[in-house]
Amino acid sequence: MIGQHPADLGGHGGGGPTEHANPTETQMEDFTNTHILVGEFELIEPHTLAQASESLRTHAGEAVIMAGGTDLLVGMKMEHIRTKYVISLGRISALKRVDTNSDLVIGATASIRDVAHNSVVRQQYCALAEACQSFSTMQIMVMGTVGGNLCNASPAADTAPALLALDASVHLTSGVREREIALSEFFTGPGGTVLSDGEVLEHISVPAPSLSTGSAFLKMGRVAADISKVSVAVTVVRSEDRVRQCRIALGAVASTPRRIVAAESELLGEKPTISGISKVSQLVQQAIEPITDVRSTAAYRRHLAGVLVGDAFRQAWLRAGGGEIT
Amino acid sequence: MTARTINLNVNGEHKEWSVAENDLLLTELREREGLTGAKYGCGIGECGACTVLVDGQPSLSCLVLAQSVDGCDVLTIEGLARGGELDPLQIAFLDQAAVQCGFCTPGMVLMGRALLNEIPDPTEKDVREFLKGNLCRCTGYSSIVRAILTHRR
Ligand SMILES: Cc1cc2nc3c(=O)[nH]c(=O)nc-3n(C[C@H](O)[C@H](O)[C@H](O)COP(=O)(O)OP(=O)(O)OC[C@H]3O[C@@H](n4cnc5c(N)ncnc54)[C@H](O)[C@@H]3O)c2cc1C
Ligand code: FES
Ligand code: FES
Repeated sequence: MIGQHPADLGGHGGGGPTEHANPTETQMEDFTNTHILVGEFELIEPHTLAQASESLRTHAGEAVIMAGGTDLLVGMKMEHIRTKYVISLGRISALKRVDTNSDLVIGATASIRDVAHNSVVRQQYCALAEACQSFSTMQIMVMGTVGGNLCNASPAADTAPALLALDASVHLTSGVREREIALSEFFTGPGGTVLSDGEVLEHISVPAPSLSTGSAFLKMGRVAADISKVSVAVTVVRSEDRVRQCRIALGAVASTPRRIVAAESELLGEKPTISGISKVSQLVQQAIEPITDVRSTAAYRRHLAGVLVGDAFRQAWLRAGGGEIT
Repeated sequence: MTARTINLNVNGEHKEWSVAENDLLLTELREREGLTGAKYGCGIGECGACTVLVDGQPSLSCLVLAQSVDGCDVLTIEGLARGGELDPLQIAFLDQAAVQCGFCTPGMVLMGRALLNEIPDPTEKDVREFLKGNLCRCTGYSSIVRAILTHRR
């Protein structure tokens, strides 16, 4: 790929609190000509993943992958991204799958909407269903994909905290070599991932939760149709009245979406109480590194993160079959 | 860059377009076909004025490469009326005076149509949720929501 990394997408997926991304917010002068796509490029529309990988190898360093294009084309219109080749995954029908037979498998181009609407996802992977439903517009949900949301690697990507809290893995392929890595190892910075040149995300997998598992996602934007100032996802596994396992992940409060492991262990083996939960919130507030930008101040983000973690924990605990926490 | 010939259906009519890689669906509809119902509002996915239905799905034509709709069915507001008869939803928009300057209206009506095709009996919450990516600077939205809700009855 030539030019900037596809993460730098102004006020959209890339518009989270990213000190390091440049530009961090869309400036008015960026809006000069979004009528047309000025850059010239070649569009490659393979019908199989093998063909896509081959094109990517042939044009190594000069090509970008396109899924729904809702981040990529905005970035190209704004001329933050220039590329010689665009390889679209849109005609590879196998990649659109959402499979719930055992573990949840989300193909690279499954849309946000298809995941939001899947009945098994809604019942068993609540945090993910809520993250997908929270997307700012219906058209973006129809066009955008979960794979694109992750690969774009905005710190504010809504599906990221949910999938982190659900312990998801990503399956990457170069056509020659395949690897599976934990999502918690995937993000390297705003717009950065461990994807190497020539690698494609093939699918995302999420382990099937046990009956006594509950999860929840909460997001706060400026208005209903906005990306997050702060997003939080929590998964709790219950054993009788005690916490057996807990995962807490946040978006838009650091350079990548991330798990806050220091807070996850606080309630292990304990009965959750109001004071226990406020301790968890405090640990989260200490661990995050929010910044100030157009969406929010760092101080407000830190405050909000604590509140949302508490609320998400209570919701997840209820869904895990635990009662009201007193 | 190479222009490519694509075949598609626009409002039920077969079209053959020769389009370059960086041509956008919105520009082709407006400038090639003269279908100016879909509007250029922001060009970056935020306003919904360019919404058309591609294979029945609401899509932002400002962010769709023309070459990628090869083989697709595209419906614009101009194709909603059948044989000179307005779609009942268009009549509901007129009845409720849900149109002022009209700039957002094609997108609003097509979103309403897509919603009703999916949920024939939506609640007000369904309607507001479905339309949250379509901005209107004139009406204050209430009349638009009412038009979609009254149509369902
Ligand atoms: C108006 C608007 C509102 C938005 N609202 C939200 C919101 O509420 N929440 C939110 O999280 N995001 C939001 N976004 C951002 C964006 O829509 C999402 O990030 C979306 O999920 C991206 O998916 P896509 O398929 O369109 O990605 P694309 O634009 O196709 O790709 C994004 C990036 O990932 C790379 N990529 C995509 N797929 C793969 C793959 N399989 N392997 C390797 N690399 C890949 C591409 O090269 C590109 O760099 C919004 C965007 C717009 C324009
Ligand atoms: S012009 Fe397409 S969303 Fe605004
Ligand atoms: S009627 Fe003017 S923008 Fe909606």
